[in-house]
Amino acid sequence: MKSLEDLEKKINSGLTTKINKSEIKHNQVYLETDKDHLLDICLFLKTNNDTKFRQLIDITVVDYPERNQRFDIVYLFLSHEFNQRLILKYSITENEVIPSLTSIFPSSNWMEREVFDMYGVTFKDHPDLRRILTDYGFKGHPLRKDFPLTGHSEVRYSEDEKKVISEPVKLEQNFRNFDYESPWEGTKYIKDEIDSNDKKN
Amino acid sequence: MTKKIKNLNLNFGPQHPAAHGVLRLILELDGEIVEKADPHIGLLHRGTEKLIENKTYMQAVPYFDRLDYVAPMNQEHAFALAVEKILNLNVPIRAQYIRVIFCEIGRILSHILNVTTQAMDVGALTPTLWGFEEREKLMGFYERVSGSRLHANYFRAGGVHQDLPQGLEEDISKFCDSFPKIINDLESLLTDNRIFKQRNVDIGVVTRQDALDYSFSGVMIRGSGVPWDLRKSQPYDCYENLEFKVPVGKNGDCYDRYLCRIEEMKESVSIIKQCLSKMEKGPIKSLDGKISPPPKKEIKQSMEALIHHFKLFTEGYRVPKDEIYTAVEAPKGEFGVYLISDGSSKPYKCKIRAPGFSHLQSMDYLIKGHMLADVPAVLGSLDIVFGEVDR
Repeated sequence: MKSLEDLEKKINSGLTTKINKSEIKHNQVYLETDKDHLLDICLFLKTNNDTKFRQLIDITVVDYPERNQRFDIVYLFLSHEFNQRLILKYSITENEVIPSLTSIFPSSNWMEREVFDMYGVTFKDHPDLRRILTDYGFKGHPLRKDFPLTGHSEVRYSEDEKKVISEPVKLEQNFRNFDYESPWEGTKYIKDEIDSNDKKN
Repeated sequence: MTKKIKNLNLNFGPQHPAAHGVLRLILELDGEIVEKADPHIGLLHRGTEKLIENKTYMQAVPYFDRLDYVAPMNQEHAFALAVEKILNLNVPIRAQYIRVIFCEIGRILSHILNVTTQAMDVGALTPTLWGFEEREKLMGFYERVSGSRLHANYFRAGGVHQDLPQGLEEDISKFCDSFPKIINDLESLLTDNRIFKQRNVDIGVVTRQDALDYSFSGVMIRGSGVPWDLRKSQPYDCYENLEFKVPVGKNGDCYDRYLCRIEEMKESVSIIKQCLSKMEKGPIKSLDGKISPPPKKEIKQSMEALIHHFKLFTEGYRVPKDEIYTAVEAPKGEFGVYLISDGSSKPYKCKIRAPGFSHLQSMDYLIKGHMLADVPAVLGSLDIVFGEVDR
């Protein structure tokens, strides 16, 4: 059994410049890298005898619309042999195409389809990049932060046309997103004062 | 004269009882042999992850019940643990035992459903009738503790919602005494049954390597001989203090997975018994007033409690900026929550890792070359519930 510190050192010495940042928290190793090194790193993590991250747990994306590099692509790995978890991530801009992991981890097939469906990130060399969770003929990418919670269209059975039709969403009342300011920290002008005092100290 | 032979495309589901929900499986058949299977999922997609991003941490809990709806509390557990780890909360020991008891009840619920419906898929009706009687009792326990039979909404960050009502401990303990006999009855119907074995032995074989490659977890990976159980390898709550065995299969076929599930139910009963005997009176949720709501009585008398109550149910508690992946051993496999908090009272992102998703993905690989009649058997032993696959 090796400690996470050993693992972190091992990865950093094995991949040197390919890792931008590494960190240990919550009993997991967090790595940051660039898009170009993804395949090399995954191959290393899977095959190296000191890492043995044989299982890809999940792939997901985090959307930060205000950033220039909008999407964070996140990969979660698990090593059964050493009982360790690793989180690998990198940032891309909205229209970048990223490499597919299907050649290294067959299970990434559906995970990448889900990412494509939910965020509109496209993968190079993916065998079958179709939508997976949304409806046939769906438009847009629902988990992007700029996609409204209530969606754009709704379906219903039309008695006149005798079929299921899709039409723009009509709501009696729009979704209301309340912003509750917390009296625990005081109202905003007090909070600003406290923050500036904290900085002085 | 030569005849041209064309493969038949068969639409299996989405309204087929053996599809275990709303699975549309497009099968390419050469005679009775399946050449290719293409599962179309998403017919039960409700946008859980998107909804959670717009709710407070407490409001997000009920969505977890609706994922794998045959074992609701196991999923709430994953979310509660993730939030607790970020908040650095200590959970009172009684709450940990209560949570483990109900997770194991969830495991039994799920395994009874799976084992008996799988038997039904291959032609045996009686196990379903016998097994569902027991499920009804277990759902009765769910109801007594949370108020609802299925969508419990019972676990909270920092503990559970309420203490066990009077008499529940004794009734669960009585159930633990009577249930092993029912498992034996089920086994007497199935384990050595010739038809059941013919339909399951050597069907849907998963090798050790493929189980790893296809991101299998839970019974699917243990059935193939990998001794991996998160309750043992990465223990959470009070699993460290409990003794239980992890049943492992040998051949990785449907029959081995069935055997693993039966054995796991027996282990679950023993875990529940241990918890009941070790449990002592005490608090059932974190005493931090900024996280757990105050008791009703206090609200009438204390101004502070009233304010806490009001803020907790409007704004909710805030969770500092962090990023975490937490997984639990749900009945179907590794159920994980990848949570990103941004310091506000709502999660910035909450990715749900459902075990059924990666299991169903391997359908094409598992069924290739099998007969059409084996499709329900394999599907049954994958233990698919569409609530979690489609999210």
